[in-house]
Amino acid sequence: MWNRRTLLRTAALAPLALKRPAYSAATPGVTATEIKIGNTMPYSGPASAYGVEGTALAAYFRMINDRGGINGRKITFISLDDGYSPPRTLEQTRRLVEEQGVAFLFQGLGTPTQTAVRPYLNANGLPQLFVGSPADKWADPEDYHWTIGFNPSYRTESAIYGRYILQQKPNAKIGVLYQNDDFGRDVLIGLKRCLGEADAAMLVKEVSYEPTDPTIDSQIVTLQSAGADVIITAAIPKFAAQTIRKLAELDWKPLHILASVSSSLTVLKQAGLENATGLISARFVKDNTDRQWADDPGMNEWRVFMKTYLPNTDSTDLNYVWPYAPCVAVTQVLRQCGNDLARENVMRQAANLHDVQAATLLPGIMVNTDPTNYRPIRAMRMQRFNGQRWELFGSLISS
Amino acid sequence: MIAGRAALLAGTTVLLAPLFLFTDYHLFELTLAIATALAILGLNLVTGHTGQISLGHGAFYAIGAYVTAILMADYDVPYWATLPASAVVCAVVGFAIGLPALRLRGHYLALTTFALAVAMPQILKYRGLEGLTGGVQGIVLAKAGPPFGLALTPDRWLYLFALAVAAPLFLLVYNLARGRIGLAMAAIRDHPLAAEAMGIDLARLKTGTFAISALITGIAGSLGAIAVQFVAPDSFPPLLSIFLFVGLIVGGIRSEAGAVIGALFVQFVPDLADQVSKAAPGALYGLALIAVLYLMPQGAAGALRRALAPLLHLRSGGAPAAGTGGRRANPGGTRHVE
Amino acid sequence: MAGVLHQLVAGLATGGIYASVALALVTIYRATHHVNFAQGEMATFSTYVALTLIEAGLPYWIAFALTVIASFVTGVVIERLLLRPMARAPALSSVGVLIGLLLIFNSLSGWLFGYAIKTFPSPFEATTAKGLLGGYVSAHELGATAVTLAMLLGVFLFFRHTKLGLAMRAAAYNPASSRLVGIRVGRMLAFGWGLAAAIGAVAGMLIAPVVFLDPTMMGGILLYAFAGALLGGIDNPLGAVLGGFAVGVIENLGGAYVVGTELKLTLALLIIVGVLLVRPAGLFGRALVTRV
Repeated sequence: MWNRRTLLRTAALAPLALKRPAYSAATPGVTATEIKIGNTMPYSGPASAYGVEGTALAAYFRMINDRGGINGRKITFISLDDGYSPPRTLEQTRRLVEEQGVAFLFQGLGTPTQTAVRPYLNANGLPQLFVGSPADKWADPEDYHWTIGFNPSYRTESAIYGRYILQQKPNAKIGVLYQNDDFGRDVLIGLKRCLGEADAAMLVKEVSYEPTDPTIDSQIVTLQSAGADVIITAAIPKFAAQTIRKLAELDWKPLHILASVSSSLTVLKQAGLENATGLISARFVKDNTDRQWADDPGMNEWRVFMKTYLPNTDSTDLNYVWPYAPCVAVTQVLRQCGNDLARENVMRQAANLHDVQAATLLPGIMVNTDPTNYRPIRAMRMQRFNGQRWELFGSLISS
Repeated sequence: MIAGRAALLAGTTVLLAPLFLFTDYHLFELTLAIATALAILGLNLVTGHTGQISLGHGAFYAIGAYVTAILMADYDVPYWATLPASAVVCAVVGFAIGLPALRLRGHYLALTTFALAVAMPQILKYRGLEGLTGGVQGIVLAKAGPPFGLALTPDRWLYLFALAVAAPLFLLVYNLARGRIGLAMAAIRDHPLAAEAMGIDLARLKTGTFAISALITGIAGSLGAIAVQFVAPDSFPPLLSIFLFVGLIVGGIRSEAGAVIGALFVQFVPDLADQVSKAAPGALYGLALIAVLYLMPQGAAGALRRALAPLLHLRSGGAPAAGTGGRRANPGGTRHVE
Repeated sequence: MAGVLHQLVAGLATGGIYASVALALVTIYRATHHVNFAQGEMATFSTYVALTLIEAGLPYWIAFALTVIASFVTGVVIERLLLRPMARAPALSSVGVLIGLLLIFNSLSGWLFGYAIKTFPSPFEATTAKGLLGGYVSAHELGATAVTLAMLLGVFLFFRHTKLGLAMRAAAYNPASSRLVGIRVGRMLAFGWGLAAAIGAVAGMLIAPVVFLDPTMMGGILLYAFAGALLGGIDNPLGAVLGGFAVGVIENLGGAYVVGTELKLTLALLIIVGVLLVRPAGLFGRALVTRV
């Protein structure tokens, strides 16, 4: 197949192979009137229920543009579908960077998907801002300077639960139901770390489920057989609702702690509000269906945003609430950059946020970052469900 | 003869042209397409040629990818050296799966391989194997750079590397399919009982094809892993196997060119369909699959061949090439995939 | 010991889910000797249609009936338009069409109805949430099992004791001879598909209240249902239903005590492989002997 002629031709043309596409070297994705922001979301595939977050992000930037943009620049927000498949995330991210020439990446969703692009973005000096994944790994400024998370990680959250149990029920027998992936495992790790060696025996049973399992009945039975009197459920909404309902059917009333990701009123309604009474959880955002925030100026601001830019959507879906605070944060970052929108400065400002407030965050919770602290939100408050709404209790718990 | 030489030159030009015309990003995409084409080529051997329907070839792709990842991450093996290892492991696994597959035919084999595809991510996530596979976190791979200080960007080098790996395998399958083994495979596909009666060792051939098929798809997985620099259970969902199957049919079974066309289809259709709707890619795959089965049973490659046939005949000025493996007389007049 | 009993009962409850889908799979197989890969997605789509009707204000049972009829018609149409021309084709063509249908229905569900999970009402609501049989089976699961068994009885009687049923069985086993005695084979195949689609729709509507409705609802269930159908005998409705229950129990007990909850799908895979290798006809199926 290789004859001499082909070899010679190839060798002669080899120098041309060095030619690289030219895109703006100094401040890619930025002009005097525009900032391009890139994002990948699972709009299709197994995690597509979270795709609505992408529409919320896009709507927010539309609102910013309607108000004149940031320092005179409009935001061009480009969001591509990665189907929750890491290879595709890399493809789409590279397309955003090398073809669309975005300035940086923002709120990419998914733990495995964003893990796949982290080396590429860090190797090429691109900010991977406010990753949409509550995994612990995004707070690693030493190894991954360009990557920063946003939500308090699941480890933080489960440590809060662990501390609560140690205070309230020091002789508890804890059972954990967790999804067999990053999310579930992180919750387990956080809890175990909190219990430490001394109280490790309190965890009597940990049992996992797969998203492909139709029901988690078997797992619940296992937990009951193990004699647990405290249950921590680290599950996505569908299985959280099943768990709550199953416990009611069994007429079993352990202390039930629910991971915040599944704590929206929608989920509790699906499980049956009476069945959810007594649930414990934590949160850092306000629940828009909670009457205590009916006249809250912050939530009203969010409601106006929803009505104007996302009419005809299900405003009880928490997926429209999560993105608001990160959007406020990134807008603040860009404001702080002023006219220096080089990537280094964007990253510098992202690690330089002080007491930034967002309408959807609970009172007292603010966004703070510095070069050694890549956890923008570190505080949560605990809440208890009274059969109609979540009641906050206790003070802010920071990690 | 001259036509053959010209075709070779043209082909090489087409393959190398992207190096000079396209951006790094596009070369990266093409490298992934090459890996997919190779994977489909492997699938072609079992499903296209031998008639053993596999809806689970994504499993071999995953195994190849993980072998490469584990060797690179844990044992510092250079990326190119992982390929032979991947080939061996996948061949063994392919043989092991080919054994029980001997007793399964048609829909049953499809079902079993489908079950394998569905169960694969769970196996990859299994805690007992976590030390090896990295569990849900996956494994990050180092970048594969050009050797001997060649002044090429990694993406360009990887494209060349992928071509260099794929080309001999394509050649291998091409020759295999047009030789005696190809005839034996066709016999098994069309009438296993008669084939056995004629003295073809069914067991050996079927398991052998499974092994080689797994080997090829496994190497494709390795290439993919090297290009993406990351493996995780979520990278290998059941849909992967289905997409390989779609690529096989749409591209054209029993056609090496079909493997390439199918790969391009699978790789680039989502990019186009995304603009229409997020749900569109899945529907497009399904519609294309059914449309091809109806209108172009020999796939895009077959349609192309038919369109270009008059030209080819005029050029070579002789009898059409024997054993093209595509056009066969249809006694009943019904068009279907043979 | 109590734990095992509880797992058993819970397994039977889950097994009921598999049994209803397995029934649909077996019905298609009996009629056409096809393994319907698209069964799960078709059932999901039917369930979405029912939900749309219910949300539009129709009473549950009207929506139920309309959905079943619509699904029947859809099944007939699919068979006539897409599968009939593939009748004489090798397995690859029909598998291809079924995979294509899987992809299309799956995309349609997501596109038309969105990806958020939804609740689906159950006609068997109890006055309290508390379950029966010690709490391990909910009122709905019991009702659903009853419906599945009723369908099973109906299918059984239909195939055994009606002329149409007999004609369908004949058409599947020996189309040539059936034609000779005047059976419209084509119609039988279409009817079989329609029936299976209808059963699938019922299965979907029984399952959704338990597992909640979203486009991926049937993903894992389909595999377990296949395992159940094969285990019991893929050409035997009673076998399939028993197989479904068996798989539910095996999966629960296996997951709780043997392989752990992380390998349940692998367990299903092993059941499928094991059955096909050791006794392809399943426990209650009839072994087919082909003339050489």
